[in-house]
Amino acid sequence: MVKKILIILITTFTLIVNVKAGSDGELLLKKNDPTDVKECWEGFNRASFALNRGLDKIIFKPVASVYKNLPTPVKSGVSNSLENLSNVITIPNNLLQGEFSKAGVNTGRFIINTTVGILGLIDVATLMGLAEYEKEDYGQTLAVHGVGPGCYIVLPVLGPSTARDTVASIANFTGGDAWYNVTVRNDTQYFNDADYYLSKITAGVDFRGKNYDSIENLETNSIDFYASVKSLYLQDRQQRILNAKTIVNTQNDSDWEEIEN
Amino acid sequence: MKKQLLSIIFVFNLLISNLIAIEADIFVQSTVNRASKLLSENISKEEKIKQLKIIAKDTVDIRGIGYYTLGAARKGLSENQKKEYSEKFEKYFLKSFSSRLAEYTNPEINVFSKEKLNKNYTIVNSTLKATKERPEIKIDWRIYTKNPEQPLIRDLIIEGLSLARTQKEEFASVLSSNDGDINALFKTLDEFTSK
Repeated sequence: MVKKILIILITTFTLIVNVKAGSDGELLLKKNDPTDVKECWEGFNRASFALNRGLDKIIFKPVASVYKNLPTPVKSGVSNSLENLSNVITIPNNLLQGEFSKAGVNTGRFIINTTVGILGLIDVATLMGLAEYEKEDYGQTLAVHGVGPGCYIVLPVLGPSTARDTVASIANFTGGDAWYNVTVRNDTQYFNDADYYLSKITAGVDFRGKNYDSIENLETNSIDFYASVKSLYLQDRQQRILNAKTIVNTQNDSDWEEIEN
Repeated sequence: MKKQLLSIIFVFNLLISNLIAIEADIFVQSTVNRASKLLSENISKEEKIKQLKIIAKDTVDIRGIGYYTLGAARKGLSENQKKEYSEKFEKYFLKSFSSRLAEYTNPEINVFSKEKLNKNYTIVNSTLKATKERPEIKIDWRIYTKNPEQPLIRDLIIEGLSLARTQKEEFASVLSSNDGDINALFKTLDEFTSK
């Protein structure tokens, strides 16, 4: 009985207290500035990038071109379920970042959307007014605790990353991803390895489909497509780490002021 | 009497300047409406591109973006090289800008708020309405307001990702791959505009 009360007290405490752990915001901004991320393996990265473009051309692009023309409710359902599933990584990372109230909200989102929202197909939680969902991962958690991004790396098949984020993703395969645990890591009667890999491939197709025209447009209008993708990826990462809502938080005006002189 | 006259002139000037000053959000909405009207017209893609270039010249600070894009490399250039760069950058920018936009048939952009950063910059917030093929997109505009009578666009920030910054890093990459040789960048820009 005492144990139960203690658990309830701790849970309530963690849900109502939002402790902002980690580094000072400005330091975090500086550390993750895309221009400060080192390019240590450009030769390897460009080769890997070329391989990924080849794979995109023969696999992802054709599939995504069909996917993007599916009826909107089908695409929304797929996106919603994948987002709902990603909560199993987001919630532990909310806790590790000291974002306890967000962990509470996301737990609520996950429970509501998995049950009432039919395995996450419908985002009932948002309709009920729960706060907007922000994905978190182990790389972002390391960043919040002051670990710099290290070198930029393009992983074959998986795409752009940084040394920090690549190392952090090991946590997903060592118990930090409940979905991986119930599909690949442990034998359960409900899921198997194929469910995990299918969800990852679907996430890739969903991303490619959503950004189909933007990617085509960027490729056509770039003078160095590799550098464009790198810049966009690192800007996006910086924004996610800072959980920035507006550009004002991530852009340094002094860059612009320089051209006045 | 002299003091009164001065006050009248001051107030008059103030009224005139306020009348002429264009609010950043109104400027963006009117620019967007102008482009949107053009894109929905039943004219050839080539004609659309030609007209879009005219709109870009009127509303975008191409020279400013060009210098920002070049970054620190600008400081090492001679006056002739700067002039050559500005000419090549304008051609590159207009081609890139117009061909990106010409793909849209009738983009619906709604401006909903603005944030004044300082006397030189205002960020205008807008959304590009969702279509069957893509979700709603958030677009912020960095407007250069040093001359309030003629605000100019300096950056488009799509879902938090700055196009000017991406372009700057792209140019830096071309320069770094060629040991900082500006002629290599000129060659790349020429190749892009002639394709």
